[in-house]
Amino acid sequence: MSENKEDRHVLTGRHFMNGDTACAEGAMAAGCSFFGGYPITPSTEIAERLARRLPEVGGVYIQMEDELASIASVLGASWTGARSMTATSGPGFSLMQENIGLGAFTETPCVIVNVQRGGPSTGLPTLVSQADMMQARWGSHGDYPVVAYCPASCQEMFDLTVLAFNMADRLRTPVFVMADEAIGHMTERVVIPDKSGIEHVVRKRPHAGPMDGLLPYEAEGSMVPPMPRVGRGYRIHVTGLTHDERGYPATDAATHDQLVRRLAGKLTRFAPEIIRIEEVQMEDAEVVLVAYGSTSRSARHAVTILREEGLPVGMLRLITAWPFPGDRIAQLAERGCRFVVPELNLGQMALEVERYARQPTTRVNHAGGQSLTPDQIAEVAREAMTCAREKSWSAITS
Amino acid sequence: MCPREIVVSDHKLDPILRSDRLPHIWCPGCGLGPAMACFANAIQESDIPVDKHVCVSGIGCTGRVAGYLNVDSFHTTHGRAIPFATGLKLSNPDLKVTVFSGDGDLFAIGGNHMLHAARRNIDITVICVNNFNYGMTGGQLGPTTPYAARTTTTPYGNPEGPLNIPHLVAALGAVFVARWTVLHVRQLQKAIAYALNKEGFTFIEVLSPCPVGFGRPNDLGDGIDEMQFYRQQSIVDDRAPLESVGIDMSKESTLVLGNFVDRERPVYQPMGTEPPEQREQTAVYHPADPEVKAREAP
Amino acid sequence: MTVVRRPLDQSVLTIPRGQTYIIPQRCKGCRFCIDFCPKDVLEESTDINSKGYHYPVVSAGKEEACIQCTFCTLVCPEFAIYTEEIEPETL
Ligand code: SF4
Ligand code: SF4
Ligand code: SF4
Repeated sequence: MSENKEDRHVLTGRHFMNGDTACAEGAMAAGCSFFGGYPITPSTEIAERLARRLPEVGGVYIQMEDELASIASVLGASWTGARSMTATSGPGFSLMQENIGLGAFTETPCVIVNVQRGGPSTGLPTLVSQADMMQARWGSHGDYPVVAYCPASCQEMFDLTVLAFNMADRLRTPVFVMADEAIGHMTERVVIPDKSGIEHVVRKRPHAGPMDGLLPYEAEGSMVPPMPRVGRGYRIHVTGLTHDERGYPATDAATHDQLVRRLAGKLTRFAPEIIRIEEVQMEDAEVVLVAYGSTSRSARHAVTILREEGLPVGMLRLITAWPFPGDRIAQLAERGCRFVVPELNLGQMALEVERYARQPTTRVNHAGGQSLTPDQIAEVAREAMTCAREKSWSAITS
Repeated sequence: MCPREIVVSDHKLDPILRSDRLPHIWCPGCGLGPAMACFANAIQESDIPVDKHVCVSGIGCTGRVAGYLNVDSFHTTHGRAIPFATGLKLSNPDLKVTVFSGDGDLFAIGGNHMLHAARRNIDITVICVNNFNYGMTGGQLGPTTPYAARTTTTPYGNPEGPLNIPHLVAALGAVFVARWTVLHVRQLQKAIAYALNKEGFTFIEVLSPCPVGFGRPNDLGDGIDEMQFYRQQSIVDDRAPLESVGIDMSKESTLVLGNFVDRERPVYQPMGTEPPEQREQTAVYHPADPEVKAREAP
Repeated sequence: MTVVRRPLDQSVLTIPRGQTYIIPQRCKGCRFCIDFCPKDVLEESTDINSKGYHYPVVSAGKEEACIQCTFCTLVCPEFAIYTEEIEPETL
């Protein structure tokens, strides 16, 4: 029976499944053994799939009373050594923000999937949007590290969910999968490798057994302290208050500054491992479309259209949205590239591109509810190209 | 003949306390210390090894308890101790998880979680210290503040009625419901020890003086005066009809104490996970990590 | 003639006795231990500790009075007093 159970973790093979289901299968393959969630369109299929799948392998699925409870249960489960996750959409993501801060501050690895829908408020529950990108970065109060991946296909819903678990364990921090409704609800081919083809990062643990004098928040030079599990005699204390290396509350400014800087510093230190981008036809590109999630599919098509017209246009796809791959943007700006940022919000990641490019971008926006078409993007990019060549960039960005 | 008192520097409960953090932050005459002492004693008396005990607190004066107990302990966000504890317990059923928090944390901001954890009959113990106000922030109105009582945010008297906590929790389905005061230390410790050993959602309300936030503004005096009030006005009645055990803290009022509810209901068990004694050793799956392949036996 | 009723097993009955231990520095002077000791064993010190509180001491003449009920151990909010059982007294 136990053999059988293990086999059910990784559904090796070629499948035709929707993005939400692929995300759930990614969690299964990554060894997730706890899901605490609350139904919300358009992420519900993830919960539904895991409600079926987790019991097959002895994992825990629990539908909590709300999203506040969901994220709290996920953090609790993580401290037992389990890989734990939740999935939600905008309204639920808003409710989770306080405990996301607790997770980041207490260095509790977990995965939070946000299948974005039209907001603000109840917005457009069944329709696509990408307007939670800045919330993902700054939603909880205070300065804290954020890692967010943006899947652009069902395959990536699988792959990036696995990656999110690995990155959460490597950095000891909550990691977001910032999907969108179009990706969550589309159905495509998903190839699931066999077990050996799935990377598994093991959470760093204290090397010795329980001992007096373990400093649970001592980073040991790597910026990421080893994580003890509860029930093993470590007698750890974990608090959302500012804490010292013993985990005890501290009220002095120096400890606070040091702790917050160490947490934020994880992103700088591990940026090369965290950041993933895809570049399409970039070698000679003069205009770069910076896109992510479902919008990048239209952008990719727009590149094809424009290349057929002989225009040197490329695409930089953000697979990692946070930490933002600003260095690459700066390099391209140096090279003389101009940027066009299509996204399903009123200009969120565009702000980040502008910060690193030190120049205005051309934005292609829709507040959400429908996808941007390749033609819409191509038209704006074409215009941008003309302006760039005529050096009258300001005309289009104003 | 024995000497009079012997002066020492350590307490016999120190091993179960984070004694390097004493003195604690609580005010003189606060009832949180005795409530914590009873819990610490009950942990030592319980059949469960100390290393399997986990204490989870929310925010507030009572929320600091987790930080003073030398067990695995979590000081979480305001109101969310119960769902955090739920995640811990379901993910590792060998743990004995106790939520130790205040009335505001558990019944105002966290009320919804109380409702559903009791309904599900999650196997955790909840100790709720009721001091009739929000102490940490300086004595504001809470969900247990009696009608007409004065707090800093009800300067003309409280226009709201308080919750009758045992009545509510019993209705929600808890399998053990008790109420004691911090004066009734022996009964309190026994009730906690009993609850720790009982399977299912067990609940103890602990009435406790908060001289700073509630006692003095409401003519109850200092901690010691409120303890005297408990002594004079308490009656123990395990069979009391719970709808009648509400508290108004007026001079002539009665405080009904006791172990009100003790019953059996099916304990929450996630589908597909076996009860501990039948559990497969492969329940947690970490392909690259042989250490985590099996859950430890209790 | 006065009839005194005595339990038949009086000769083997014992009353537990306790020795009091105090950590004066921890005391915040709430008086819980003093006022509620069933045997009135304790009283306030004449001294004060460094925080300015009068901590409990065993009253003169009460050296043997503690019955090891452990009430003071449990009720002290500061973990500043406890008792340990010592040789019981046989009646
Ligand atoms: S404010 Fe009240 S509850 Fe808080 S420590 Fe002081 S007396 Fe205790
Ligand atoms: S153990 Fe009981 S009798 Fe002895 S000093 Fe303490 S309260 Fe008094
Ligand atoms: S109960 Fe504790 S704090 Fe209060 S007077 Fe006695 S020793 Fe001091």
